[in-house]
Amino acid sequence: MARTVIPFGPQHPVLPEPLHLTLTVEDEIVKEAIPKLGYVHRGLEKLAEIRDHTQMIQIVERVCGICSTLHAMCYCQGIEALMKVEIPPRARFLRVIWAEMHRMHSHLLWLGLFADAFGFESLFMQFWKIRERIMDLQEATSGNRVIVSVNCVGGVKRDIDAATQKWILDTMKIVEKEVLQLKSTIMDDFTVKTRTVGIGVLSKEKAYEMGAAGPTLRASGISQDMRQTGYAAYSELNFEPVVETDGDCYARTVCRFNEVFQAISLIREAFAKLPQSELAVKAKGLPDGEVISRVEQPRGECLYYLKGNGTKFLDRVRIRTPTFANIPPLLEMLPGCDLADVPILILTIDPCISCTER
Amino acid sequence: MKDSVVVLTEDNTPQLLPNMIISQIRLLKDEGFRFVTMSSNDLGDSICVLYHLDKDLQLINLKVEVPKGSKIPSICSVYASAVLIENEIKEHFGVNFDGLSIDFQGMLYLDEEVQKTPFCKIGITRV
Repeated sequence: MARTVIPFGPQHPVLPEPLHLTLTVEDEIVKEAIPKLGYVHRGLEKLAEIRDHTQMIQIVERVCGICSTLHAMCYCQGIEALMKVEIPPRARFLRVIWAEMHRMHSHLLWLGLFADAFGFESLFMQFWKIRERIMDLQEATSGNRVIVSVNCVGGVKRDIDAATQKWILDTMKIVEKEVLQLKSTIMDDFTVKTRTVGIGVLSKEKAYEMGAAGPTLRASGISQDMRQTGYAAYSELNFEPVVETDGDCYARTVCRFNEVFQAISLIREAFAKLPQSELAVKAKGLPDGEVISRVEQPRGECLYYLKGNGTKFLDRVRIRTPTFANIPPLLEMLPGCDLADVPILILTIDPCISCTER
Repeated sequence: MKDSVVVLTEDNTPQLLPNMIISQIRLLKDEGFRFVTMSSNDLGDSICVLYHLDKDLQLINLKVEVPKGSKIPSICSVYASAVLIENEIKEHFGVNFDGLSIDFQGMLYLDEEVQKTPFCKIGITRV
């Protein structure tokens, strides 16, 4: 049977990210996929040479709009370790709260795009309507809907007062109720299941071997989440990773859907345990040495390698984002699938190419 | 101990010779370590390449110093997922990896007309 080469992306109606895949197909079955990146490479890591270590916080926040505050948190954690700074307890809990709000808005965004990918536009609009409540919270607490610029070296820049806390908790009740109302639509719908169950299976062994991260890894049955290391205030919260075992597109969807409820629960617990203290401590000195910092972004494990040399400019900022880790598993999932399933499959790793390419 | 932040020291970042990379990485894979990523930075006359692997949320780091312009073996034969990062390091730092499963010829992110490695303080002209 003759093989055909089909270019997929970077412009495609159902692909929200500028990723190109050269698909080799035989009778509409994908045989091989080779990625091509570079459409949104901005050279942000190189900027570390001309922006000092405090200015780099604004740069890393803009690596990705969807996991903005988590990039800044990961970076600040690393710098704080190099400068031997311990942040106040209130700052640790506030970082968790903003991180979990980010996780919620990311997963709701993804659930909407996912529904849109197979033509379920009304469900896409419902998820994004719920997401608007989280965006309003982010705007009210940080000043920005998207780039939530609250992290600084030594703690956080903003506080959440008692009235805003009550508003957030009330909103969590509404969001929880509204997302629950959509549960049977996304989980039990015949069309959704036909397009996702048994599609793009990534076995547990392959997921681990290929270095998958985040829900892509946990949907294959591996209970691994960087929040288990206890950074920020996670060591003081009740937290267990959300795990599914089937490793298909449906399992990855269920994983993200359930993580929305987990995020709500973590926000409630963080507010219940929120201590009184200052928001930040002054970081004295300059970063010197090498450090690895890791956090769990909505898409998975994010790693920062930072090298300081005792001056205000860092020698190196290296960022490994979760989508970068999930592209090789994607290339493992694609062979054997139908051409029509390719957009859904790609979407289930929740790609963020601006994160990947920096 | 589970690590989210690890300050690298000589004690926790053993240095390897280039000819030891494959055997050590294979040993770690057999022990159940997951490949996380690689990092690199310019030391002047050489490039420092760091390998980061993880097992049960504990990170292990290995360091190799590669003189500029020389080759080191690719670990794609051990961890297939290393192909993207090795191509990125080749493109940005000019480190040549022997045995890449997919070679983007220095055009993973950068255009063909970019001829010098952007992260090296003294750029290496791409061949």
